[in-house]
Amino acid sequence: MPHRTAAARPSVSGVLPGADERRLPRTLHPLAWWVWALALATAVSRTNNPLLLLLVLAVLGYVIGMRRTEAPWARGFKYYLYLALTVVAIRVLFRAVFATGITPHDHFLFSLPHIPTPDWYAGIQLGGPVSLEAVLSAAVDGLRLACMLCCIGAANTLANPKRALRVLPGALYELGVAVTVSISVAPQLVQSVQRVHRARRLRAGRSKGLRALRGIVVPVLEDALERSLRLAAAMDSRGYGRAGSATKASRRLTGALMLLGMCGLCAGAYGLLDASTPTFLGLPALGAGALLCVAGLRLGGRRVTRTAYRPDPWWFEEWAVAGCGVLSAVLLFTNVGFDAAELNPSLYPLSWPTLPLVPAVAILLAGAAGFLAPPPLPTTAPQAAPRVPARRTEKATAK
Amino acid sequence: MITFDHVSVQYDDTVEPVLSDVDLTVEEGELCLVVGHTGVGKSTLLGAVNGLVPHFTGGTLYGTVTVDGRDTAGHPPRELADVVGVVGQDPLDGFVTDTVEEELAYAMEQLAVPPATMRKRVEETLDLLGLADLRHRALHELSGGQQQRVAIGSVLTAHPRVLVLDEPTSALDPTAAEEVLAAITRLVHDLGVTVLLAEHRLERVVQYADRVLHLPGDGRVVSGPPADVFRTTTIAPPVVELGRRADWTPLPLSVRDARRAAAPLRARLAGAPVPAARPPAPAAGQPRLLDARGVSVRYRGQALPAVREADVELRGGETTALMGRNGSGKSSLLWALQGSGTRTEGSVRVVPWGAAGTPGARGAAAGTGRGARDPGTGRAGNSRAPGTGKSGGSRDPGAVPATEARRLVGLVPQTPTDLLYLESVRQELDQAEAESAVADGPPARAILDRLAPGIDGATHPRDLSEGQKLALVLAIQLSAAPGVVLLDEPTRGLDYRAKAQLTSILDELAAEGRAVVVSTHDVEFVARTADRVVVMAEGEIVADGPAADVIVASPVFAPQVAKVLAPLPYLTVEQASAALTTAEAGAR
Repeated sequence: MPHRTAAARPSVSGVLPGADERRLPRTLHPLAWWVWALALATAVSRTNNPLLLLLVLAVLGYVIGMRRTEAPWARGFKYYLYLALTVVAIRVLFRAVFATGITPHDHFLFSLPHIPTPDWYAGIQLGGPVSLEAVLSAAVDGLRLACMLCCIGAANTLANPKRALRVLPGALYELGVAVTVSISVAPQLVQSVQRVHRARRLRAGRSKGLRALRGIVVPVLEDALERSLRLAAAMDSRGYGRAGSATKASRRLTGALMLLGMCGLCAGAYGLLDASTPTFLGLPALGAGALLCVAGLRLGGRRVTRTAYRPDPWWFEEWAVAGCGVLSAVLLFTNVGFDAAELNPSLYPLSWPTLPLVPAVAILLAGAAGFLAPPPLPTTAPQAAPRVPARRTEKATAK
Repeated sequence: MITFDHVSVQYDDTVEPVLSDVDLTVEEGELCLVVGHTGVGKSTLLGAVNGLVPHFTGGTLYGTVTVDGRDTAGHPPRELADVVGVVGQDPLDGFVTDTVEEELAYAMEQLAVPPATMRKRVEETLDLLGLADLRHRALHELSGGQQQRVAIGSVLTAHPRVLVLDEPTSALDPTAAEEVLAAITRLVHDLGVTVLLAEHRLERVVQYADRVLHLPGDGRVVSGPPADVFRTTTIAPPVVELGRRADWTPLPLSVRDARRAAAPLRARLAGAPVPAARPPAPAAGQPRLLDARGVSVRYRGQALPAVREADVELRGGETTALMGRNGSGKSSLLWALQGSGTRTEGSVRVVPWGAAGTPGARGAAAGTGRGARDPGTGRAGNSRAPGTGKSGGSRDPGAVPATEARRLVGLVPQTPTDLLYLESVRQELDQAEAESAVADGPPARAILDRLAPGIDGATHPRDLSEGQKLALVLAIQLSAAPGVVLLDEPTRGLDYRAKAQLTSILDELAAEGRAVVVSTHDVEFVARTADRVVVMAEGEIVADGPAADVIVASPVFAPQVAKVLAPLPYLTVEQASAALTTAEAGAR
């Protein structure tokens, strides 16, 4: 083969040219991707600087381009981008229509017709003048939200959602099973609706209206009910729900621990993200909440005895990916080497935002995940079959 | 390995116990076949082995069931998962995950097998059942036989000592069924797993059985070696029936054994005239009821057509069997002929029954008969044109309203219960009459009583047996008095008795002058029921001719009697028996 895979890829992988061929492809632990993405989202929550936010989007795009698979869930990032655009648009639209946050010194763009509201609705103004400042601040706010959404989207794109569910602690195992079963049952339900609908014509039954609905819903539900009973029997005889060592007291304790822990986590997250709350609500509450939750999950997990097939390992790469995400969040939160005001540039007076060096480097650092993570396994799904082997042979000969 | 000690099972809603005072022992490594009619308690017997009866199903179990030393009273099914593996009828019902590999690992995950062992066992099982190529595939894209093998594999990975299979092949075509049965016998021979197997189509499994548990229907269980038990059972595969009739000892259980024993019989029957397998069909003189030319079906988004340029001609009084492997386009063709399904190209013309020279016809028989022979042979465009005349003219069931199409062609779909949505049999029948609006036809209730006598009108349709559900749906469809009746795989889940009843029902329909089409995989049923056989492959019709000609020659479709007596053209035991009686009378 004349060219190497890395060269053929339209990417910035010039950082470590050809490194991918020497590394064994494997799936990164889904938790590592989630930690990375959530840390980046936390970092995003800290800043209002449109340049930094766009940089985050660029980093997400790069990492996804480098480490995405061909699986169906991995093709969904563009939908998150559409969603993000919608969020920005809605935000701007609302700000324009409800005409809030306008000061007399603003640059006015245009004026919407003013709609008078009744007295009891006086707090909200509909229509009126629209200023550049108001639109910009709405757009930036929207962009921040959009960035956080895209971070979650990136995690969903990079980590196999099914494997991510399996990482759930033992206490939440049932939740995972419910999701998996419903995913596999949904197509069957659709099929059975189609089948019954088609069969309606055989009896010359009406295909519209309430009575037709009954003719379709009754057989489908009866079918689904019978099927779920058989599934339950099958799961029971395959050992689902074998007794662990749970007592009533331990179950109550688990519940209490989880509840308290969740409260702690919420309070902590709120304290951390909102700068005006007292400091003890921040990290300490978050830490305590996390500890309580871990204890609760541990205790709850003991009542189920189960093992996982082909568990995802947690090796150096996982530490590296999760680490670079967390590091960038920490850098943005420490305020070392830059002025906090640069993260949230003011729109009054209007000026171009500057790109602060340290936060920019911190965000670029998160992009290192793009080459720190091992290359993903080629998908063996039959529809991707013609493409994947070709790439594989390329790799083999490139060695 | 399995011990039943004075076991009786009583459900709350029945008066008689399903099983009464059953005593039996199944030794380790045996393949044990459970036979009996529908509803005699086969599933109860199998369910009792891993405790699903009564832990899951309800009811009361008296006595003790012990499996590998564990009493099912104290162990619910999940605690027996490492000893007993259960495989049901429809593999899709039991799947919890969505890929092959994960499904194989599921039971082990529940049993907390260490990951390293798990990995090893999954690989071994993939090889054992020939699934290695499919390991990453999604379960719903596999064929039926592959799915059922995955279902077997998924319980095998837990290394159970006992495997319980409740009609594992009833949803499969013959080839897929062979595939699954081959896998099962291999497990018995190589691994020494004890297997308990219930199966309707005995002809496929009898030869592999070490022991037979026969449930005659009165709550007893008769246990013994196959050759002994089958001497007296009410149900037996054709090869055994032939053996019984010809007094062969030991009773042959496989085609091979029977063929070796049959040499004298073949010699004796060689010169004799072969009695007809079925009463001669009056097809020749009967009018043509349905004429389809160049029918193609292609679903949206699919590259290959499901049916390609099929020509079908159906005459009154003739029963046609439609055969071919799963996915060969049988259902698509039937739906296209009825007019409710997709039809991309081609024309279908149906002569309304009662107008086409049937007894009591309204139209002039001879004239319309010829009229029907001039179908629009053009493609999609002009085939959509409405029927040529009000009375007597042939119509296109795809172009007329559904009510009208029902009166032309009646179709019983693969899952008959899709058509049932009311609370009682009576309501369903009343609704059917309202829907069909046929003034002079017999009431639906009378039709049902003729098909399956003695169904209480207040019964909920879901509580009927498979055969009764089929009869109910058939009665609903017949209430519209269609001249062409199509049945899509009606033999699924029917036992020998129900199949024999179905045969006589279809014979009656044909005798009334209707054209009947049955799609089925069941060759023995075809041998008894069909006058004509149409074989489909990849959407095309590859064979069409008299039943005897088409199925005797085929290695796949030939019934057992044909295989035993070949080259003599016998299809059924009744035929051979009649010939034998004549020969015996002649000798005396």
